Amino acid sequence: MNAALAACAAPAAALFGAFWLLPMAELALLPASKGWDTYFVVLTQPRYLASLLQTTALSAAVTLVSLALAAAVGLHLGRHRFTGRRLLLALLTLPLSFPGVIVGFLVILVGGRQGSFADLTDALGAGRITFAYGLTGLFLAYVYFSLPRAIASFTAVVERLEPDLEEAARTLGASGARIARDVWWPALQPTALAAGAILFATAMGAFGTAFTLASRFEVLPITIYNEFTNYANFALAASLSLALGLLTWAVLLLAQRLGGGVAGAAA
Amino acid sequence: MAAAPPGSRPGAGVLAWATGAIAIFTLAPLALSVTAGLMANYAQGLRAGLTTRWLGEVWALYGSTVALSLALALGCVAIALLVGVPCGYALARSRSRAARAFEELLTLPVAVPGLATALALILAYGQWRAFRQSPWFILAGHVVFTLPFMVRTVGAAFRREDLVALDEAARTLGAGFVRRFVGVLVPAVAPSIVAGCLMVFTLSIGEFNLTWMLHTPLTRTLPVGLADSYASMRLEIGSAYTLIFLLVIAPVLWAMQAAAHWMENRDALTRPGH
Repeated sequence: MNAALAACAAPAAALFGAFWLLPMAELALLPASKGWDTYFVVLTQPRYLASLLQTTALSAAVTLVSLALAAAVGLHLGRHRFTGRRLLLALLTLPLSFPGVIVGFLVILVGGRQGSFADLTDALGAGRITFAYGLTGLFLAYVYFSLPRAIASFTAVVERLEPDLEEAARTLGASGARIARDVWWPALQPTALAAGAILFATAMGAFGTAFTLASRFEVLPITIYNEFTNYANFALAASLSLALGLLTWAVLLLAQRLGGGVAGAAA
Repeated sequence: MAAAPPGSRPGAGVLAWATGAIAIFTLAPLALSVTAGLMANYAQGLRAGLTTRWLGEVWALYGSTVALSLALALGCVAIALLVGVPCGYALARSRSRAARAFEELLTLPVAVPGLATALALILAYGQWRAFRQSPWFILAGHVVFTLPFMVRTVGAAFRREDLVALDEAARTLGAGFVRRFVGVLVPAVAPSIVAGCLMVFTLSIGEFNLTWMLHTPLTRTLPVGLADSYASMRLEIGSAYTLIFLLVIAPVLWAMQAAAHWMENRDALTRPGH
């Protein structure tokens, strides 16, 4: 029996070992070739530290805003049955399957130099205002690709929520704010934690969106890409990738431990 | 808010407005992109008329990227079926510490940003030029990224108690391992396998973070072509190309929804006590 199980797992283990574990081990050892200090450049060099802190702040803000908005959508779609509801949910979660580059392009289409927003502000006499290439554009794009995942998670949880509790609270005269705090929050909190960790990790590692927007606001994946491609600074790029990977992995692990389940791994 | 019907829940109006606003936030740019891809001239708007000219140009310029992406996605699905499904079974049945450790390790390519995985692959295999320049190199990256999803989805299905009992019953009746696996277990988790396949397919076809680093001028995938067109072509071409991407994934997403629905109904029917 055990031999059969081992045979079942062996091909996957071989692929995983050859194309992830071994290459990753090589990546992890590479910075050592340029001295041990190379492992800590993300903390010791102000430029990289700034990039890390900026990316972390952006990802945290995007996660919080997306969770709050998606919870509202989830509460609405999870408790109401109306025609077209399934279609609406399908459309709202459609961007889950988009590569990040599409999201960047959509922001350019709306907020870029030829964008509809510029047309609108021009018609209003304010000149052609763009927001695609700065922090605003990046933030909106990140929220755009974060919302669908959170909406899917929240709607699924709310659908399984017992309406009795809320009815009882209301009959007893609880205010809307109290229902939100005492009924909704405990029910949604585990999902918020699990989904929040995934949103944060995804935002930290997102590359395609920032790449398309060619943003003035440099996120860490872009820094890594530049070091690797433009400056052929392999050891440095490897060190920064390790730092980014460790951070996202640690956040997912922490959420999983706090949540006491494997929910956090449902990326 | 005033439109909330009597007896509705407090706050329901706010939630409905928020849902509406987010639907517009999500769908308006998409609608804009689809129409821009069909417009004769984006700057002049609809007055200039509609055309399929840009779709034709995209097809001529980037048609090969669609074919390569489909081939890679199908390759990922095939490997997920042949390698991922048995692995999911092994991890579901094994109680060894090695199995738990492997399960934890398998989540890493998903948790770690694709850029890091791509750099690692280039460092390890970049000198093998024939491999580096072939689509197999991209396939390797896509497989380590998508395989965990199949393993996890079917693993969860194989862990269901009724299936453990079924497995046990088939074994007591003397069915050999291969017969049990192919004849009894795989059909029992078929909906999860289908869901896993569709997930693997969509993940592979939309993958950019890894692929941008792994591609060469001769191995461009759909998202790589998209990035290229956004950077160097007119807005109409980028939009038409985006429309083609939507047309490629739409049937798969529809199938995903149908599969999820099927699983729900099937589970509701087979679950005891319902």
